[in-house]
Amino acid sequence: MKKIDKERLILAVAAPVLAVAFAMLLSSAILLASGRNPVEPYALMVDYAVVNPDVQVLIVNRTTTYYLAALAVAVGFRMNLFNIGVDGQYRLAAMLSAAVGTAVPLPGALRMVVIVVTAMLVGAAWAGIAGILKTTRGVSEVVSTIMLNAIATSLIAYLLQPSLLGKRLEGSNDLTTGELPESAWLPGIPTSAPGSEIYGFIVVAVLLGIGYWFLLNRTRFGFDLRAAGASESAAAASGVNGRRMVLTSILLSGALAGLTGMPLLLGEAHEYNLAFPAGVGFTGITIALLGRNNPVGMAVGALLLAFLKVTSQTLDSNGYVKEIAEIMEGLIVIAVVVAYETVRRWGLRRQQQRVGEELARTHQASQDKVKKEVPV
Amino acid sequence: MRRVSKITAAVTTAAALALTATACGSGSSGNSNESSSAKDGEVKVGLVYDIGGRGDQSFNDAAYRGFDKALKEFDIAGEDKEPSDGESDADKEQRLTELARQGFNPVIGVGYAYAGPIEKVAKKFPDTSFAVIDDSSRKGENIANLVFSEEQGSYLVGVAAATLTKTDRVGFLGGVNTPLIQKFEAGFEQGVKDTNKDVKVTTQYISQPPDMKGFSSPADGKKVAAGMLDQGIDVIYPAAGASGGGAFEAIAAEGKMGIGVDSDQYQQKSLEKVKDVIITSMTKNVEGAVYEFIKSVVDGKPQTGVKTHDLSDDGVGYSKSNPAFAENAELIKKLEAVKKDIIDGKIEVKSTVS
Repeated sequence: MKKIDKERLILAVAAPVLAVAFAMLLSSAILLASGRNPVEPYALMVDYAVVNPDVQVLIVNRTTTYYLAALAVAVGFRMNLFNIGVDGQYRLAAMLSAAVGTAVPLPGALRMVVIVVTAMLVGAAWAGIAGILKTTRGVSEVVSTIMLNAIATSLIAYLLQPSLLGKRLEGSNDLTTGELPESAWLPGIPTSAPGSEIYGFIVVAVLLGIGYWFLLNRTRFGFDLRAAGASESAAAASGVNGRRMVLTSILLSGALAGLTGMPLLLGEAHEYNLAFPAGVGFTGITIALLGRNNPVGMAVGALLLAFLKVTSQTLDSNGYVKEIAEIMEGLIVIAVVVAYETVRRWGLRRQQQRVGEELARTHQASQDKVKKEVPV
Repeated sequence: MRRVSKITAAVTTAAALALTATACGSGSSGNSNESSSAKDGEVKVGLVYDIGGRGDQSFNDAAYRGFDKALKEFDIAGEDKEPSDGESDADKEQRLTELARQGFNPVIGVGYAYAGPIEKVAKKFPDTSFAVIDDSSRKGENIANLVFSEEQGSYLVGVAAATLTKTDRVGFLGGVNTPLIQKFEAGFEQGVKDTNKDVKVTTQYISQPPDMKGFSSPADGKKVAAGMLDQGIDVIYPAAGASGGGAFEAIAAEGKMGIGVDSDQYQQKSLEKVKDVIITSMTKNVEGAVYEFIKSVVDGKPQTGVKTHDLSDDGVGYSKSNPAFAENAELIKKLEAVKKDIIDGKIEVKSTVS
């Protein structure tokens, strides 16, 4: 593993690139079939992003949120856990941390720390329910996390009532947790587009990406996690406590999910309200798959998805339906799976072939050397 | 091998989820081709929807009709835009900014979610007129807040429901449990109770925010309505956007009564088959409000500030298109009397659920 295997690298990059190309091709075919120009939408979208600096900022900001969601999903994936509940964990964490943030009388920076820590704890706790169910009762996390999403939705709706944590402005039909004091607004990075700032939380996201890489690839814990994810029984044989790994990784996944709402909460919305975006967790799943749980790959994937979602806006104004981008998203997911599976099988076959050759050679060699002994 | 199957399962689920998200995200968003042929100095109207968008058979469609009517009547250009899934206020601001920058004036935000973004963008474009529907909390010199007294209209249909029920049980079927829909609920319940204390009102919502499927899921509407009918409820008031269609199907199957919402649903083409069970509708004249606002800009006197549409200006009301209902002279007389009392302030209708 130490040596960079050129073939592996090419395979790793080829799969997602092929998948995206394939998805674009299919989308073009759909456009063509409906009697539209098959290339113009892409040109429009790219143009929209290149010409408008404020659109670029939107894309970068959306990437930040998506990246965190993808990290959360990826931590689970590495342990062979499918955390579909990132969306619920993220929303519940955002809502409760916003409520706590408005309630605690602390100076700015400290208040921000409290908000972030609360969000991580809430996310971890909500994911932890699924973790405990899995480790103690053997409940599949796929089922429990998706159900917990629905429960989170109801719980948020309940807590957001004006009689509990929610507030309702006179004349407004929105419910919020109340605006955070200005001292707890995380300053953004100014850009050339007036009034558009890049979320300050992007720094944290980058650090988390590095941390994710380090944790998984350079620590004993990461090794155990990957080992347990690859084969629980093999890991158990080498002394890894499988249950503990499951619980730890799902808690970690939940904590990261909790952070997903932070860029938006601290950098822009400054409150949790009914318009707080849902579905981010699902986008995270797509990105983790697309980026193959690789921190750089996921960053690229997050950027791609953010680009699609933001720039598809321009299609409406140019006589195309913006759902083209959504079709493309769906196609990417399907294509990526097919591509990975194909590449994996191909790689496996090659590996087996090489092992076979190797074996044959050693077999030959051993037979040549010690003819009396029976070779294995 | 276990790993493979798991990842395949994961991916299949993700793909399915992505596709459902696509499906429920947008229903039918027609193309907006009426756009961009305006010459300088002419009025160009920008209309932006909240999630759900055009084709919701309800609120957004009503806004579109007002917009479309104004475009045709005044021979002006316009463009309508839909949001994307998972967007934040920044995306809404960007959408509004772009319209304003391209010279669209007025720019109309359909739905309370646009209140915050409009407040910010309106400051940057003081010469552009903005309007937001269903919010009066964020005001500005160039912002018109178009709001409705849904509770008043709902009170009236509540009176009708309490009068017509034979089982003394009526139901309120809300789409998504938001403060806005609670206004419908509050008015309806008060109308029922003021008419006949013994009538029991059962309230049920399809979904909780941010899950907005309650406004676009006829299947769920049907299921919940069927459940209500099973309990012996014989009049149902679904305030649930496109989900209401499903509710009427269930009601028609049992031959009970339903009350339409937002538009006069008795006359809605998509509900042709079940229209006989729609005794009346609580009308919310979003169409008229949007049209009036655009007209005010065309006339050079743009509306600003809070513009409340209620019973007094027929901004809300009840419909009499169903002949069976219109023939019930006694009930109509009662409703007209109550309507007058509300307009005169003799009856005060609450807008929040107690």
